Amino acid sequence: MSDDILVKVENVSKKFCRDLKKSLWYGIKDIGSEIVGRNNHQQELRPKEFFALQDISFELKRGEVLGLLGRNGAGKTTLLKLLNGLIKPEAGQVTMRGSVGALIALGTGFNPILTGRENIYINGSVLGLSKKEIDEKFDEIVNFADLWDFIDTPVQSYSSGMHVRLGFAVATNLAPDILMIDEILAVGDAQFRNKCYNQIGKMANNAAVIFVSHNMNDIARICDKCLVLSDGLIVHNGNVEEGISKYLEDSDDGSVYDDSFEKVEYPVKTVKFEWSKLNIDYGETIELSIYIETDKEMKDIGLQIPFYDNQSMVAGEWYSKRYHKTINLNKGLNELNIKLGPLYLKKGLYKIAIILSDSMGIGFPVWSYKSHTLGVNGPAMGGWPYQIMGVVK
Amino acid sequence: MNQVKSSLPTNLPEVIYTPDSHLRKPGKLIRDMFSDLAKSKELAWRLFMRNISAMYRQTMLGYFWAFLPPIATTLVWVFLNSQKIVSMGDTRIPYPVYVMIGTLLWQVFLDALNSPLRLVTSSKAMLAKVNFPREALIIAGIYEVFFNLLIRAVLFIIILICFKVAVPLTFLFAPIGILSLIMLGLMFGILLTPLGILYQDFGKGIMIITSLWFFLTPIVYPPPTSFPANMITKLNPVSPLLVTTRDWLTIGSVEHLSGFIIVTVITFILTLMGWIFYRISMPHLIARLGA
Repeated sequence: MSDDILVKVENVSKKFCRDLKKSLWYGIKDIGSEIVGRNNHQQELRPKEFFALQDISFELKRGEVLGLLGRNGAGKTTLLKLLNGLIKPEAGQVTMRGSVGALIALGTGFNPILTGRENIYINGSVLGLSKKEIDEKFDEIVNFADLWDFIDTPVQSYSSGMHVRLGFAVATNLAPDILMIDEILAVGDAQFRNKCYNQIGKMANNAAVIFVSHNMNDIARICDKCLVLSDGLIVHNGNVEEGISKYLEDSDDGSVYDDSFEKVEYPVKTVKFEWSKLNIDYGETIELSIYIETDKEMKDIGLQIPFYDNQSMVAGEWYSKRYHKTINLNKGLNELNIKLGPLYLKKGLYKIAIILSDSMGIGFPVWSYKSHTLGVNGPAMGGWPYQIMGVVK
Repeated sequence: MNQVKSSLPTNLPEVIYTPDSHLRKPGKLIRDMFSDLAKSKELAWRLFMRNISAMYRQTMLGYFWAFLPPIATTLVWVFLNSQKIVSMGDTRIPYPVYVMIGTLLWQVFLDALNSPLRLVTSSKAMLAKVNFPREALIIAGIYEVFFNLLIRAVLFIIILICFKVAVPLTFLFAPIGILSLIMLGLMFGILLTPLGILYQDFGKGIMIITSLWFFLTPIVYPPPTSFPANMITKLNPVSPLLVTTRDWLTIGSVEHLSGFIIVTVITFILTLMGWIFYRISMPHLIARLGA
């Protein structure tokens, strides 16, 4: 094995069982067959079993950051557990060189009745730090967690954010050769999250890193390789941009119509939309016709059209008042034809909402939440939220 | 982010995970077991301190809870015996002392028996997420057994003084007896832990069996000598250990030494096998329970 390859996974498979009773019984049998010294290479599925991971192979060198993508249940956590030696593969081989640090669960071993100070020592020991090492880093840990005021308070009276801060502060004082990070940064406030990213960046300098996240911006920012899992199989291994686009294809929920916030109120009677296209290319324009029937004349309305990406983040928005001084609606049926674009959106499916506000911008007689879905064929990365241009013809 | 350290350490430890049975490489297995045992010392101490301080922090009576079970048991049996509700025969030393020491020793055995399953169950979440030396949980349990033993030793000394019992010189052997009792309990505990983690039947079963076991051990009565009651001392592995230890502590003469030696040797071997069983089954248990 070449010297700087720290993680090597060869044709690894792992099975799980859907049925608890059977699963426990298989557990007994597996232990039994290992006790009598039989090598447990099992390729066939027993009743109710499925492959949580199948035929997984990849390598990781020092200095590389691998993004691990996949929907819930795709096998990400199982893979991390295999790499960490918590569970055994049923086929294949995992080779790990050097010390392993896993930020899989924060604050492992915390006891709620004990104080933050005591728990730092417990958690540190569980993660493999000696008392001397913790003594040396104690101040640094508390500084990082910013918890000096609460350090002698039982952890059970910490807020969940404080809990995570303390756990993270301890965990980041490891200096492993192989670092695994499992979506733990989803908690905590923005300021602490940035602090975490800086810290992970420092740890990653000299380690082989495996990073699991559902946030594509984080993946794009941190990783230089990418592995996409789907139902226990590798569907992509390599380039980050392609990996993200593969993952987005895999995880788009398609045409699920979300009417949870939809409303049409007085003085508007009915609203209808017509879109010129369902799919566009990067930089194309799109046309929209809105038919609004009102009970009375409405002067100087505002129209807002936000585009939501698959993570429900606003990727772009058009607001009529930027481009038109006034749009007036007459009593009865009105037709508005709007040309939006060019749309510089990254690849993916977008949900589009249409919001009509009164002249003051206080009342919203129409709020059509995510009524239309638009597919964009474009680059997989880039594209921050931006102001979409558009005119009412 | 991607600067590679210029001088890579070439002697990185390498760990390989395969589906192969660990028993196929016994040499490596034994080496790993003892190196993990050494590595788990500090963590075990930490976990022990955590459990002890957490156990008594949220109580009003504190360490008194460690004294309570033997005192309560002794009072009940002393009452029953003194009222002639049950008659226990000749115990050669004052009956309260006899029962108290018997109960203390039984409690040591019981503590040791329950500790592996209890600690592993309460650490399931930790086991499923962090790869720490698994031996640490067992060691932490042993520390707890010793801690409780020390607390109860105070009770023992008070009893001896109150009843003016002269301790024979053989009490110097008692630590060996106590260690054997702990090891016997640990052996049962560690062999049952993997099964008890998978099936809760075992945990429930242990509770019932140990409460019956108490009566099948010469704790509150002297060892029977006539058939069939004397089978209690012949078939019950706790009997020779407990009776011998108690005799060492109180009367000095020992009747069951051969039984003591046989049980201790078998226990030692089975405990080592239990340790291997525990290690080997751990990844399977985690795979089955997730968490």
